[in-house]
Amino acid sequence: MSTVTQAAPGDFWEVEPHHHHEGASTSIGFWVYLMSDCLMFAVLFAVFGVLGGSYAAGPGPKDLFDLELVALNTAFLLLSSITYGFAMLAMVRENTRGTLMWLGITLVFGLLFLAVEIYEFQHLIHLGAGPQRSAFLSAFFALVGTHGLHVAFGCLWLVTLMIQVRQRGLNPANRRRLACLSMFWHFLDVIWIGVFTFVYLLGMI
Amino acid sequence: MTSIEAQGDKHRTERHAEAHGDHHDDGHDHGSVRSYLTGFILSVILTAIPFAIVMAGGFESRFLTAAVVVGMAIVQILVHMVYFLHMNTRSDEGWTMMALIFTVVILVIVLAGSLWVMFNMNTNMMPQMIHEALGLGS
Repeated sequence: MSTVTQAAPGDFWEVEPHHHHEGASTSIGFWVYLMSDCLMFAVLFAVFGVLGGSYAAGPGPKDLFDLELVALNTAFLLLSSITYGFAMLAMVRENTRGTLMWLGITLVFGLLFLAVEIYEFQHLIHLGAGPQRSAFLSAFFALVGTHGLHVAFGCLWLVTLMIQVRQRGLNPANRRRLACLSMFWHFLDVIWIGVFTFVYLLGMI
Repeated sequence: MTSIEAQGDKHRTERHAEAHGDHHDDGHDHGSVRSYLTGFILSVILTAIPFAIVMAGGFESRFLTAAVVVGMAIVQILVHMVYFLHMNTRSDEGWTMMALIFTVVILVIVLAGSLWVMFNMNTNMMPQMIHEALGLGS
């Protein structure tokens, strides 16, 4: 009857699943996430661009901003970017202690950035220039606050990874995670360039 | 350490230090001390100049000041992309670059479109104009 030869499983489908390198597509996936985050910031920048001149007879940028504080914050973020870079280089050299040390320094700069930003926000609110004062200030707090929240989550992520590297060492999973956080951290620095240029510097001209 | 081992080690460090592409276990370009320092120094310069200009009160023309400040920001973003985020056309077979270009296109549409539309709304639809249109103006 059934003299028809049975098809071997391998004829029509693959018996063995593909062995993708673990994490091979992580970087592109994470990059796409960062690009979507970038679009969210673009919308917040657009909101600030549209509402940034609506002071509602309240204080404007020249009454509120302290450029020296912003320069200090920019320096913290830039330094944290390069120390994260050194952490990645230490990771490539399989130097666990060095990686942890540079990550720790990065964390310190990240926290300093947050401390200055929180000081600035509470100073503004103390002056009566809180987010509810004018459309300009709503847009300002939304944009700068969102960036600050990103930095805060980055710091949390950094602490988590430091604990994981300390416990498990620089295994492939941790290296992948560190590479993702690296992209995230440098990306936040890129967004900050937009913030200090369009919000602070152009506001003070 | 034998000289061959030493050479191998040197070679390995060099490869790690140069880190361009194809032999990485995780497919990333992690840069080198030199590329990070180059990016950092360029960023410091590109940050210090606009801050100095604005803190000193800017140029005579506000437009020129704004143009210089924005120009520096654009260059610095490119510096960050190349030296810190290691963007190039090769990483992930060009897909990261495609995603970036797509994002930039959407970003320009969102920003330019919002500013344009809202600027026109503000100039053309102020309350007194409605009054004028209705013949209620003084």
